[in-house]
Amino acid sequence: MTRGAEELGRLGLAEAGDAVGRGEVSARALTEAALARIDATDGKIGAFLRVAPERALAAADAADARARGRTRRSAIDGVPIALKDIFLTRGLETTAGSRILQGFVPPYSATVVERLEAAGAVVTGKLNMDEFAMGSSNENSAFKPCRNPWDLARTPGGSSGGSAAALAARQVHGTLGTDTGGSIRLPASFCGVVGVKPTYGRVSRYGVIAFASSLDQPGPLGRSVRDAALLLQVIAGHDPRDATSSTRPVDDYLAPLEGGARGLRVGVPREWLAGGLEPGVERAVRAALQAYEAMGATLVDVSLPHTRYGIAAYYLIAPAEASSNLARYDGIRFGLRAEARGLRELYAETREQGFGAEPKRRIMLGTYALSSGYYDAYYLRAQKVRTLVRRDFDEAFRTCDLVAGPVSPTVAFRLGEKAQDPLAMYLADVFTITANLAALPGLSVPCGQDAATGLPVGLQLVGRPFDEVTLLRAARALERELPPPALPEVG
Amino acid sequence: MPVSDFQVVLGLEVHAQLLTKTKIFCGCTTAFGGEPNAHTCPICLGLPGVLPVLNARVLELAVLTGLALGCRVKESSVFARKNYFYPDLPKGYQISQYELPICEGGAVPVALGGVEKGVRLTRIHMEEDAGKNVHDVAADGSSGVDLNRAGVPLLEIVSEPDLRSVDEAIAYLKSLRAILMTLGVNDGNLQEGSFRCDANVSVMPRGSEKLGTRCEIKNMNSFRFLRQAIDFEVRRQVALIEEGGKVVQETRLFDPDRGETRSMRSKEEAHDYRYFPEPDLPPVRVPPELVERMRRALPELPHARAARYRRDLALPAHDAELLVAEKETAEWFEAAVAASGGAPEAAKKVANWVNGELARLANESGLAASAWKITPARLAAVLRLVDAGTLGGPGAKQVVEEVFRTGAEPDAVLGARGLAQVSDEGAIEAAVDQVLAASAAEVERYRGGNTKLMGFFVGQVMKLMKGKGNPALVNAVLRRKLGG
Repeated sequence: MTRGAEELGRLGLAEAGDAVGRGEVSARALTEAALARIDATDGKIGAFLRVAPERALAAADAADARARGRTRRSAIDGVPIALKDIFLTRGLETTAGSRILQGFVPPYSATVVERLEAAGAVVTGKLNMDEFAMGSSNENSAFKPCRNPWDLARTPGGSSGGSAAALAARQVHGTLGTDTGGSIRLPASFCGVVGVKPTYGRVSRYGVIAFASSLDQPGPLGRSVRDAALLLQVIAGHDPRDATSSTRPVDDYLAPLEGGARGLRVGVPREWLAGGLEPGVERAVRAALQAYEAMGATLVDVSLPHTRYGIAAYYLIAPAEASSNLARYDGIRFGLRAEARGLRELYAETREQGFGAEPKRRIMLGTYALSSGYYDAYYLRAQKVRTLVRRDFDEAFRTCDLVAGPVSPTVAFRLGEKAQDPLAMYLADVFTITANLAALPGLSVPCGQDAATGLPVGLQLVGRPFDEVTLLRAARALERELPPPALPEVG
Repeated sequence: MPVSDFQVVLGLEVHAQLLTKTKIFCGCTTAFGGEPNAHTCPICLGLPGVLPVLNARVLELAVLTGLALGCRVKESSVFARKNYFYPDLPKGYQISQYELPICEGGAVPVALGGVEKGVRLTRIHMEEDAGKNVHDVAADGSSGVDLNRAGVPLLEIVSEPDLRSVDEAIAYLKSLRAILMTLGVNDGNLQEGSFRCDANVSVMPRGSEKLGTRCEIKNMNSFRFLRQAIDFEVRRQVALIEEGGKVVQETRLFDPDRGETRSMRSKEEAHDYRYFPEPDLPPVRVPPELVERMRRALPELPHARAARYRRDLALPAHDAELLVAEKETAEWFEAAVAASGGAPEAAKKVANWVNGELARLANESGLAASAWKITPARLAAVLRLVDAGTLGGPGAKQVVEEVFRTGAEPDAVLGARGLAQVSDEGAIEAAVDQVLAASAAEVERYRGGNTKLMGFFVGQVMKLMKGKGNPALVNAVLRRKLGG
């Protein structure tokens, strides 16, 4: 890797876009540099499942032509990014980290991919993830593990592990992930980058491979709050192809970004700091809360009493929906088809060979939760818990503008540490799941380092429905007050 | 106990394809036929990542149907996923409605033997059709899947177990079909499967209040097969009970080749469909404005039309029922009545033609009323010729048939074929004289008191005159000559 490629890698998304706009660097140079960095570092990291150099360079050349013709499409025109392999990309294999989709080349692109490409973003490839976004460590990828650039023995978090690791390793300037129970925020926290899960319905799910339809939400990751906001600005908005996407106009996320935290009422859910946190996590989170006070915000004690039922409700609703969403992988029309005699054997063999242990586990959980005679006790009751969780937040937002707390009880754990213990793995999401259940926007912003390991800690902010503006502004204020630790050198 | 000691109890589930241009959740055409999988897109193929968006026209037609049948049209209803694996079901689930359907209650008016009855409905819901598996097409013996039909919108219309005979069931289906066709909601085609029916059949001893165990019968794509299937199933269930056995709840398939039903799957083997609310679609809202708009769009329905024919045109109930069964026929009838002056006498004459000769010709040719070459005005012209005495009964029939086939003007046909009625007394007298001279024996017997022979003489005279003699004059002349 050349010195130039390394230097260019330090540019944020917004900075890189500005540099292209000013003619200081070409999109081709940026893209070649990104491809060189991926080439040099991804053997260690494993963030990419697929790199698409030709497609990326063609997009970069087109962006350069626009720059010369003064027809730039957006502030990110010509900037290399990458996508979690859950987003369908026309003509570029998309697998959701599963063998059952190996070789599947989509005939269409997800709405958010269309929007990014229409804005001129250069898609360099597809990022590693837990199979069908089921997991919190990226270890459930059917293809290879992804490693945390801060410590290669540790997980980057999941399920959007590749999306966070690729940023922390400075391979690309921005990425997209999806968040069903914390899958953007957890890896962002573990890798020391910013990750935003928008309000359910703010970003189109069309062309995003479904895990749990009522919880899934695509979102951006960036090395700064501004970068994440910039990507969100491009992908947010109503999509007539997604009936659950909101018709509400999209706010300007960038203009209010530097508005500071003065006067902000920051709710601190007492259940989120009631013990069970690693000391390094608790210390960093409390320091962040103090920083808010120092900036003129008010801390407000709030209660989210149903947090503890969140995991149980989530692990009924998400597998139930998944068991249905994954039924289409039957070997008939696309993806893997096992050798078999007869229809039943075709189904059984295809799904036996195609799905890994975690999807199988969740298909069984979900099938059971929906079965006749159990529906009321499981699925229906979980939906009621969901209502209670939402009411907790509604109540809290009467006295505060957003709530703040940990993303996860721990910093990035070691690969293999929880792989054999699904329940322990599920608990990594205890604080993030409630925002999905309540359909609220949430984000993770770096707030310090664990003294013992040097690993980054993220602060989670959760806001009112469609109030991404306040979340981003608050996160940006913290980023200014407590500059995030420098990213590790992977070389 | 013989079959007659048992009461048959039937409930019907009708699947009616909605006449929309595009499918229920995507923009693909609903046209019948086409190369396999030509009418598909990522959405109806169930590719990863796709999402359904409800076709607004489907909702309108569901509301229209609910209003026509007197249902409670729900302000909010919910789509649900019905989960099962089958190659013709691309997503592994069918998007349907379950706990909260769009319509509840309502009734279908059924007239049978002069008695009108409302057959209650349980519910109406919206859902998507599946594709179909295609066997024996590939050289290697493998099967294929054609998803052209996958995602075509359906209304499922479920009746209460209110029907008490096969005749009632068929009358119910004909009434429902006529209503749906009048609404423009469904094309009523049983053969192509755009109007399909499953029957829940049970029997109980007459006088009993307790319904017997039911079986669901599938695969009846004509009224004739429906009758065969239900008759067979009733006999089967009665025989079972007679032998001391029990009817087992199950789904049975009608085999039209053998005219019998056979077990498809038992209750134990029944799928657990694991219904749950479809998370990709928000609850369906029916705003009052939509209900009002559809209410204003409601056409006159067949039973209202039949009532109007009885009231304003003094038609017998039977005539009226036949006329309204097909919307186009009823419209043709009304145009012909109008062209004939609109009086009840004219209406009865038109009705006789439409339900008689024209129904026969239509049946033979398979033509709907709108495609008939005989226009209402041309039938009115035929009636005028008959009234004027220019055309007799047999001649009129020949003229109508020819006009039906060619679309020629009745006058022209009459002239070209020489079908004009002969009212010239001299010509009739000549014919009568000839017949009486040749039938001396019959004349003797007639004069001896066997007046029934008048029919014989009329027939002979008409035969001689090639059916063109004016019947009234023929009669009068015969009577005069025989009486003398």
